[in-house]
Amino acid sequence: MSNSVQQTQARVAASLRRRYRAERRFKLYGLLAVLLGVSFVLFLFGAIIAQGAAAFRQAQVTLDIQYNEDVLGLAGERTPEALATADYAALVREALRARFPDAQGREGGRAALRLVSNSAAHELQRRVEVDPSRIGTGERLTFLAGADVDQFLKGKIDRTLPEDQRPLSDQQIAWIDALREDGALRLAFNRGFFTNGDSREPEQAGVLGALAGSMYTLLVTLVLSFPIGVAAAAYLEEFAPRNRWTDLIEVNINNLAAVPSIVFGLLGLALFLNFFGLPRSAPLVGGLVLTLLTLPTIIITSRAAIRAVPPSIREAALGMGASNLQMVTDHVLPLAMPGILTGAIIGLARALGETAPLLMIGMVAFIVDVPRGFTDPSTVLPVQVFLWADSPERAFVERTSAAIIVLLLFLLIVNATAAVLRRRFERRW
Amino acid sequence: MSASVLLLILMGLMVAGYLIGRLRSLAMVGGARGLRRLQSLPHYYGLYTALWCGLPALLVLVLWGAFQEPVLVQLAQRTAPVEVQEAGAVQMDLYMNDVRNVLSGSVAAAQASPGVAATAERYRQLHGAARLALTVLLLCLAIGGLLWARARIDPQRRARVAVENTFQYLLLACSMLAVFITLGIFLSVVYESVQFFRAVSPLEFLFGTNWSPQTAIRADQVGSSGSFGAVPLFLGTAMITGIAMLVAVPLGLFAAIYLAEYAGAKFRAWAKPMLEVLAGIPTVVYGFFAALTMGPALRNLGATIGLDVAAESALAAGLVMGIMIIPFISSLADDMITAVPQSLRDGAYALGATRSEAIRQVVLRAALPGIVGGVLLAISRAIGETMIVVMAAGLAAKMTANPFDAVTTVTVQIVTLLTGDQEFDGPKTLAAFALGLMLFLLTLALNVLALRVVRKYREQYE
Repeated sequence: MSNSVQQTQARVAASLRRRYRAERRFKLYGLLAVLLGVSFVLFLFGAIIAQGAAAFRQAQVTLDIQYNEDVLGLAGERTPEALATADYAALVREALRARFPDAQGREGGRAALRLVSNSAAHELQRRVEVDPSRIGTGERLTFLAGADVDQFLKGKIDRTLPEDQRPLSDQQIAWIDALREDGALRLAFNRGFFTNGDSREPEQAGVLGALAGSMYTLLVTLVLSFPIGVAAAAYLEEFAPRNRWTDLIEVNINNLAAVPSIVFGLLGLALFLNFFGLPRSAPLVGGLVLTLLTLPTIIITSRAAIRAVPPSIREAALGMGASNLQMVTDHVLPLAMPGILTGAIIGLARALGETAPLLMIGMVAFIVDVPRGFTDPSTVLPVQVFLWADSPERAFVERTSAAIIVLLLFLLIVNATAAVLRRRFERRW
Repeated sequence: MSASVLLLILMGLMVAGYLIGRLRSLAMVGGARGLRRLQSLPHYYGLYTALWCGLPALLVLVLWGAFQEPVLVQLAQRTAPVEVQEAGAVQMDLYMNDVRNVLSGSVAAAQASPGVAATAERYRQLHGAARLALTVLLLCLAIGGLLWARARIDPQRRARVAVENTFQYLLLACSMLAVFITLGIFLSVVYESVQFFRAVSPLEFLFGTNWSPQTAIRADQVGSSGSFGAVPLFLGTAMITGIAMLVAVPLGLFAAIYLAEYAGAKFRAWAKPMLEVLAGIPTVVYGFFAALTMGPALRNLGATIGLDVAAESALAAGLVMGIMIIPFISSLADDMITAVPQSLRDGAYALGATRSEAIRQVVLRAALPGIVGGVLLAISRAIGETMIVVMAAGLAAKMTANPFDAVTTVTVQIVTLLTGDQEFDGPKTLAAFALGLMLFLLTLALNVLALRVVRKYREQYE
């Protein structure tokens, strides 16, 4: 008898040990899953910041430029045409030759010129055209260095590699070292990144065009999707009779929220571009597509916010003689506004990061100019990231990461605004 | 006048209408003293006038703006040479492209063929005439509406009722927009797909195993027809989605269980938002990460253990996509688990279950329908995800079950078929819409199913 009790106790004890072990394992799996997710967040941010931080500094080279008439090939002419076609790159080349006597011949001149970005020639042309009396004088100017020089200064190009495996020759590296020694070549804050549009040359490429495009696009989205979304939500919550028609609208909205974004791009392409003939690549069309995309989100969150307003508010308003519409516009909507705004901001954040539908309506074009209106061809920040990520030049890798940092920063600001709004104005009924 | 100037003028007229209506109603009853003789408050008379002034004009402006371009193009095309008109839609599109180049100034009118120049000139005339007509029409409508409403103001008019009814119809129209969007998606995608299926048989599209949509430029070129068997794309999509789910479901589910059942309030308060950050990161960032970090890392890893991993392997795209979807599953599952009544857990504990046993055998089973719904939604999301696969998966369609190989997906093909392509009628561009139709129908089916499952479950415990 006591034997069987002991046996049972032993079995229970053994099984308990097993079950407790299983319990600990189970808990550990859960913890690991959470930590894995969190560590991925940290890893992603770390990797992007580590790659992108370098792009905020840019190699610049200071040169003594002589505006030599013969080098420019002007021969006494000062007409605008002559000034526009003069050889400004030659000025840079001569300045480099004066500094490095060994940069002789065509090859040497070309190798030297590769140290400096080709924006230097444009800069010189601008200066001469503004003031032709500069010709014959000289001045000390600072230019962007070439992309390879920039990468070399940041340690992205290994000088111990054999010469034919790196983009810079031994001679160029010697020049770079010489320039660095007398402080003519250094890393400085990269202003151009925030003030330039896109460019094929990595050292001249900036995010301003994409930022402006994003702003215009989001403005269209906000102006359209917020009022329409709130109106739709107010109707569905406060006025709609319960019938099959409103059920259909409801099911529809819920389904639309989960339709892949690229399908909205197809709609935009077929409807706005091909049928209505709106311009390609325009923020207006981008904004319209993103409006359709964010509308379901805004409607759903606004409805939740409106539903959270207690019925007693409505009854009190109606009891004081307000009409249905007065009750909604004067009482329910103001009280629901923090929740509605939070939803709208979250919808906008989604629109800000959206890429795929904008590819469909031609916002992937290579556009140098900063857009100045709603119908100018433009691109947006996430599409810019996509475009740069596709570029083969290695200098674009850090620019891509830097553009991502800018994008994430904007998202952070937007989401933080939403969080602050919610915390400050949210009411618990 | 341009549309934005017109819009500003309309706004100005509406404000004027509001003020006029308000003053008029007050004047009719002899100022604020006679207020109680008015049927509605003065500002309702103002709104009444403003609505009459603005609404018809705005409606016309929107409709006009939408249809002006197609109508003008149609009219201008009539001036095209007869041989272009008879040569069919493709020739016509090319012709109109030339016209557009002349109009935008990128080609000088003198250099264009006389026909093109004439059409461009005709378009320009029509455009000017249309603009003038629109301006006159809008101003007439706005001012006429204003005067009409002003004439109708009298103290007995039920202005508030009229205004409120109008607003209710406006609200209704806004909520119907959602239905129109769905309808618009469906119709536009179906319309283009039907065009596509005229050229390519639906059976070949659905069951063909060879996908190479590069239609040749010249008709006599080798392989000029292009082939549109979409099975490799469906397989590729399925494989990447499958890999993503293998990552996301266990991780998301375990994370949700831990956060809902084990974690302390403090840990939960920072870990849950951290996980949700994953959902807020734009997909293009994941794509960049997959293409530049995950792809090469997997390739190197494969090389060290002797596996041949493609740089654009399905594995890299799938893994990163899975990470992206973790918060999607974890927050849905978290909701479902916390919705399970405490009494069920207490019952399990009372029978001697450990916590994990109670979770596995009671809580998860009760929450199962909701979790399944969440997973279905996540699958639909993975199928429709575009940027990660565009950046990190391959372009060539391949029938393979090897996750280390490069595969392509439906969304990748839609993007590659439609970006940078100007002409719009070849089977190549239309194929993108057929793929879009498949995508839309599939995700729609998954969503309907998922929402039904979730709703059914929610009713159980409320």
